[in-house]
Amino acid sequence: MRLTCPFCGPRDRREFHYYGAADYLNRPGPEAAASAWDDYLHNRDNPAGVTQDLWYHEQGCAAWLKVTRNTVTHEILAVDAVAGGAA
Amino acid sequence: MPDLIAKPALGHAPLTLAGTTLTEEPQARITAIAPFPGQTDAVARALGMAFPAPGQVVESGGRSLVWAGRDIAFLIGDAPTVALAASVTDQSDAWVTLALRGPQAVAALARLVSLDLRRVQAGQCFRTGLNHMPLVLIVEDADRFRLMTFRSMAQTAWHEVQDALEKVAARAALTA
Repeated sequence: MRLTCPFCGPRDRREFHYYGAADYLNRPGPEAAASAWDDYLHNRDNPAGVTQDLWYHEQGCAAWLKVTRNTVTHEILAVDAVAGGAA
Repeated sequence: MPDLIAKPALGHAPLTLAGTTLTEEPQARITAIAPFPGQTDAVARALGMAFPAPGQVVESGGRSLVWAGRDIAFLIGDAPTVALAASVTDQSDAWVTLALRGPQAVAALARLVSLDLRRVQAGQCFRTGLNHMPLVLIVEDADRFRLMTFRSMAQTAWHEVQDALEKVAARAALTA
């Protein structure tokens, strides 16, 4: 498996660390209801199809990346940098 | 101020196998420069050097500015003398620099680095891994490379490259 880092180009999977669902990008505000925090921390979809998650290019440029991939075909559809608002 | 003695990380003699030489480079001044958000151009002007694009090395006046990650570059050579709109840290003693130069350099590195190095050019650099160790790989030429890894891992890095070089040399001897 390879991810095409927007900075480094195509790199082997072992350079990356998997963090979790891209839901972590949408942190609720401090006044948000408990249910919003419950969703943010615990509740995840388990789609057969397109999903998005966060990967860290730890043995590379140290960028956080939002990866869009298909859990059925294993196709990597997009890799976007989180910083700079590109994701 | 006590009188401190500069010591190399390894102090090994150069190792040549299959016409390819592994050396420990003299310790250079390494300054990490991470421009504050939006200040990259200002930092480049103050340094008098272009800030490198990802995977590039900018050379000027005996110093090189090596891209080392997202919004960070290593200045190798004299430290900056002007204030910069950047986080600046002296990392000279955190890194060891090895050099691998010769016709089997690419074949040896192919056993340790998960990149295709057969078509690289001078002025390129890669932030990647040397087996399990972090690596800044600087391309001097198609078969000449400088390898920077953490100084605390110097012995392991040397061992890994020596091992790869021995196996490449053994294979070359069989097919010669």
